[in-house]
Amino acid sequence: MIEVAALSVTFHVGHVAVRAVREVSFAVTEGETFGIVGESGSGKSTVLRAIAGLLPTPRDSVRIAGRAVGARRTRSERRLLQFVFQDPYASLHPRQTVDQILNEPLAIHKIAGAGALVGRALADVGLGPEHRFRYPHQLSGGQRQRVAIARALILDPRILLLDEPTSALDVSIQAEILNLIARLRRAHRLTSILVSHDLAVVAHLCDRIAIMQEGSLVELLDVERLRRGEAREAYTRELLRASRGYSRAQAPA
Amino acid sequence: MSAAPLLEVEALDVAFPGRGRLTHAVRGVSFALGRERLGIVGESGSGKSTTGRAILGLVPWPGMVSAKRLTLGGIDLMALRPHEWLGIRGRRISMVMQDPKYSLNPVVKIGEQIMETYRLHRRGSRREARRRALDMLDAVRIRDPDLVFHRYPHQLSGGMGQRAMIAMMLIAEPDLLIADEPTSALDVTVQNHVLGILDELVAERGMGLIFISHNLTIVSSFCDRVLVMYGGRIVEECAASGLAAARHPYTRALIAAAPSIDRPKAELTTITRDPAWLQ
Ligand SMILES: Nc1ncnc2c1ncn2[C@@H]1O[C@H](COP(=O)(O)OP(=O)(O)O)[C@@H](O)[C@H]1O
Ligand SMILES: Nc1ncnc2c1ncn2[C@@H]1O[C@H](COP(=O)(O)OP(=O)(O)O)[C@@H](O)[C@H]1O
Ligand SMILES: [Mg+2]
Ligand SMILES: [Mg+2]
Repeated sequence: MIEVAALSVTFHVGHVAVRAVREVSFAVTEGETFGIVGESGSGKSTVLRAIAGLLPTPRDSVRIAGRAVGARRTRSERRLLQFVFQDPYASLHPRQTVDQILNEPLAIHKIAGAGALVGRALADVGLGPEHRFRYPHQLSGGQRQRVAIARALILDPRILLLDEPTSALDVSIQAEILNLIARLRRAHRLTSILVSHDLAVVAHLCDRIAIMQEGSLVELLDVERLRRGEAREAYTRELLRASRGYSRAQAPA
Repeated sequence: MSAAPLLEVEALDVAFPGRGRLTHAVRGVSFALGRERLGIVGESGSGKSTTGRAILGLVPWPGMVSAKRLTLGGIDLMALRPHEWLGIRGRRISMVMQDPKYSLNPVVKIGEQIMETYRLHRRGSRREARRRALDMLDAVRIRDPDLVFHRYPHQLSGGMGQRAMIAMMLIAEPDLLIADEPTSALDVTVQNHVLGILDELVAERGMGLIFISHNLTIVSSFCDRVLVMYGGRIVEECAASGLAAARHPYTRALIAAAPSIDRPKAELTTITRDPAWLQ
């Protein structure tokens, strides 16, 4: 469903060239939830943005449902793929009510029966009619993330890209959102990519996990092998050990 | 642990008046701290930071603080006058804040700030202070201490700023360090290096540490003892290694809600809050 082949992205900041993504390749099959883990600056978000067509990328380095991204896409192609970001506060317009936020994509795509669709999308993410006419600041962090997910799903996409969707949330709210994502991906038969710096979060939802470091994909392994500690690369093992908590033995001398 | 605790807190209360009602941020919190690593965990708004600030006498207006007892090595902190705080804050108790933006002076270079802190509390020569500041930056794993020394706070990334602040808080070698989410902005691999530095200070210099965090994995693996806060109260106290066997339903729910690498869960447990937890 998603093919990434030798994708490289370089940003030019003044005279400095930042090689954010270096020759990354992987494929995500239909219905799969694929995970990408790495520390900050390792290039995770840049890979997602390239897949979403938000960055100029060389032809054929990203293909979605068999078609190259990068070429200009039609409205229906853009509708196929939706994005959820880490900070729902920044991605929701502060002066729009939940109702307006959810109506906007329907209006852009000229979809009829918006009123009923908005009500259904809210129910789908566990929000009620009482939330429909509130502004983002009148919602909790978890409720805002539910609105962002509802907005992403209201166009009934086939692909959902999730960039650190629970990193700003408390653990109990994170549990609710991760459960919600797990339920919705089944109900909507979504193909998704989940990016996080938190190995436990990615291992919870994904069967196959790519480990990124400094722009490169250092290892791709399935979650069972990860749990058993059967990582090939030293960096993956270090990440795994650190994610299990502090240990006096590994402390610096 | 020696007989007389370093810090004693008894029946600490903090309330913020506002819009015609009081927010009770901290309610009847009591604990004693020795030369040990004490963790405080809880979700946002549970009163962790406010507890730390109250110990340092830094609860902002219009917050109201009361306590039956708040002592550091026998000194009554509740009775300190502003000028007396100067000998305590930064010197005997330091606090690493959640957000380095609020603790680093934006218009002074990092190196100068650390040197100033050293000279304020340790009275060495500028040369001595400079050497100690560079050593400290190196100790918190800043790769190029010389470069960072000459930077302003806004020129550092979040993780780097956090480490610079930790260097500044530790250079005066306080008796008690209150670290409020000191590693939340750091990558896991760097996190463990910073924890290693704190660990060393507790072990070698006998510093007491209050480690505030929302991360149960870190707290249970790093601390000796843990206080679990909910709605401004301590609902449970236990040995960090015994956290998995915690008894309070809130603590148990927190553990069950977290995804785990080693114990896969089909579905994560969500928390059903019981009003009785606030009693
Ligand atoms: N728009 C941009 N301009 C310049 N550099 C960027 C831009 N976006 C990302 N980068 C750089 O690319 C690298 C990877 O960033 P990113 O993909 O955001 O990492 P991650 O999501 O893993 O934290 C970093 O060094 C970052 O500073
Ligand atoms: N300066 C303040 N004014 C008003 N309310 C405050 C202030 N600081 C904290 N609070 C309130 O006190 C409670 C506890 O906050 P805090 O100690 O920051 O919790 P935590 O650190 O556990 O997230 C919250 O309800 C918060 O809104
Ligand atoms: Mg990112
Ligand atoms: Mg706090």
